[in-house]
Amino acid sequence: MDLAGINPVLLLASLMVASTPILLAAIGELVVEKSGVLNLGVEGMMITGAICGFAVAVNTGSPAVGFMGAALGGALLSLVFAVLTQVFLSNQVATGLALTLFGLGLSSLMGQSYVGIKPPSTPEIAVPILSDIPVLGQILFQHDLMVYFSLALVAGVWAVLKYTRIGLIVRAVGENHDAAHALGYRVVLIRVACIAFGGACAGLGGAYLSLVRVPQWTEGMTAGAGWIALAIVVFASWRAGRVLIGAYLFGGVTVLQLNLQAAGVAIPVEYLSMSPYLITIVVLVIMSADRSRAALSAPASLGRSFHASS
Amino acid sequence: MIRLEKRPEPSRIWAWATPPLAVFLTMIAGGLMFALLGKDPFEAIRTIFWDPLFNEQFAAFSRPQLLVKAGPLILIAIGLSLGFRAGIWNIGAEGQYIMGAIVGGGVGLAMFPSDGWYVYPAMVIAGGLGGWAWAMIPAILRTRFRTNEILVSLLLVYVAEQLLASVSLGLLRNPDGGGFPGSRNFEDFPAADNQEIIAGTGLHWGVITAFAAVIIAYILLNRHILGFQIRLTGEAPRAARFAGVNPNRLIIFCLGASGALAGLAGLFEVTGPAGQISIDFNSGYGFTAIIVAFLGRLHPIGILLAGLLMALTYIGGELAQFMLGLPAAAIQAFQGMLLFFLLAVDVLTNYRFRFGRVEAA
Repeated sequence: MDLAGINPVLLLASLMVASTPILLAAIGELVVEKSGVLNLGVEGMMITGAICGFAVAVNTGSPAVGFMGAALGGALLSLVFAVLTQVFLSNQVATGLALTLFGLGLSSLMGQSYVGIKPPSTPEIAVPILSDIPVLGQILFQHDLMVYFSLALVAGVWAVLKYTRIGLIVRAVGENHDAAHALGYRVVLIRVACIAFGGACAGLGGAYLSLVRVPQWTEGMTAGAGWIALAIVVFASWRAGRVLIGAYLFGGVTVLQLNLQAAGVAIPVEYLSMSPYLITIVVLVIMSADRSRAALSAPASLGRSFHASS
Repeated sequence: MIRLEKRPEPSRIWAWATPPLAVFLTMIAGGLMFALLGKDPFEAIRTIFWDPLFNEQFAAFSRPQLLVKAGPLILIAIGLSLGFRAGIWNIGAEGQYIMGAIVGGGVGLAMFPSDGWYVYPAMVIAGGLGGWAWAMIPAILRTRFRTNEILVSLLLVYVAEQLLASVSLGLLRNPDGGGFPGSRNFEDFPAADNQEIIAGTGLHWGVITAFAAVIIAYILLNRHILGFQIRLTGEAPRAARFAGVNPNRLIIFCLGASGALAGLAGLFEVTGPAGQISIDFNSGYGFTAIIVAFLGRLHPIGILLAGLLMALTYIGGELAQFMLGLPAAAIQAFQGMLLFFLLAVDVLTNYRFRFGRVEAA
């Protein structure tokens, strides 16, 4: 065992990389749930994004185009969910599960000829001047563009939801769709847009896994990341800022257990590998144990179908 | 203009007609997918749905497989359907299935090489308890702390998979296996082996248990107060509360029952068709069972038929893989598609399409 071999600076730097896929997926799902829709298909959209991004990046040689392809793939898949739940008024829980099952199958079908290929590498961008700061520079300012993009996205979602008219409408639709409908807002249209946004974000998160974090394509490579993203939204009490905390907390646990595995700690590898899931459960329990807060923060129309019946 | 109008009560005709319609639509969409993959769609559909049962060359091998594959699917789906009816979502059946196999198999292996009559019954009980205990985690967290049971049960699948890896490499590894991962093969341990009861039919104890579960679930839902409470909670939660239904008791019962049945399915699978506890003995039955439960419209008889149909797609899929080189993942996508179509056409049960302009009220 060699704990001294763990470099805290590298650990913190890789924490940001490990958190980014979940952060992207969770911030997308936050918007979806804010509009009153529970999409349990995050895992399916992530893995579809992972293979779409990978395939596009390999074929074009450009990771940037790959990420765009991933966002498009995730959004397209999420539109299937949108049509089913918003137009055909199907049960959201069941449809979300279907999306995950279908996404897992579809992605391994698409990915057959991409196993074992290396994707074009995504360049790290050292922010000028700032990256020269000792320690902090290496941790915070030497990452690829997607890490910064995910942070900007969190800030953007927070600001839009809190300060803009669009944000207010989305929240109104999520809190009380009947009232929003009576005010003349197009509930279904707004929800479809939010679902597509969530799908695009999940797709980006998946592509970050296959293009940067791993970087490789393997079947089922998301390994529950989508479900953890869902848990993080609950943990965050549906607030953008706390999604960031949740995702980085989870990323920290993942990176730490990987480092402990590498350092050869006496705990068996399997128990270290299950720790992120167990910790997510524990955090969920702590958050939901507080009755009043959990009930207040969830969007009131979450998971309910909307049908404008006169 | 087309619009939807809610039916005063769900249509009985459509409730029966939607699953076959969904299967039909899936065949069309699946055929398109197979055509995109460069396979003859008609041949592919025939290979999946017809050849396993009626092609002289394959039927002898395939027909028994139907029960082997349908058994665990039906057993798990029956348990899940109870909860789904009441709005209690256990989607971690895969984890409970694994835990049933580990605990039940472990109890059996601990008694090796005993040949007592009590070995297999003890394993069955332990398997059920293993799955039950694993499902009790989300149940207790839900009733005590109001934690979302969907997320907890699902996350526990990944924990169970790691535990499975751990025991098949360590605790339960075959001591005579020369260091290879995986437990003793249950074929070498007759007292704990789940053999075919009638040779050549695929009928083993798991299939019998699945049939029994169908009957018990039918009686429970139609003739027992608990079944009434489950249906009431699903259809009118507010009315259920006024009627004095204890929601926590229902959660504990539904999650516990589905966990125990999934655990049993795991035990029967690992001692029979799978043969040993190994890292990847589980083949996703816990997730496919969700599709089976919905395809059967959460009705015991429906689930029986849906389980057989889904088993057919597994066997036919393997056959298509072998005969036409159709990728295994295509079948998985095909099964997912089936659930999509099912959910989409379900709108016909609860709503009716109206054509023409909306008249002012």
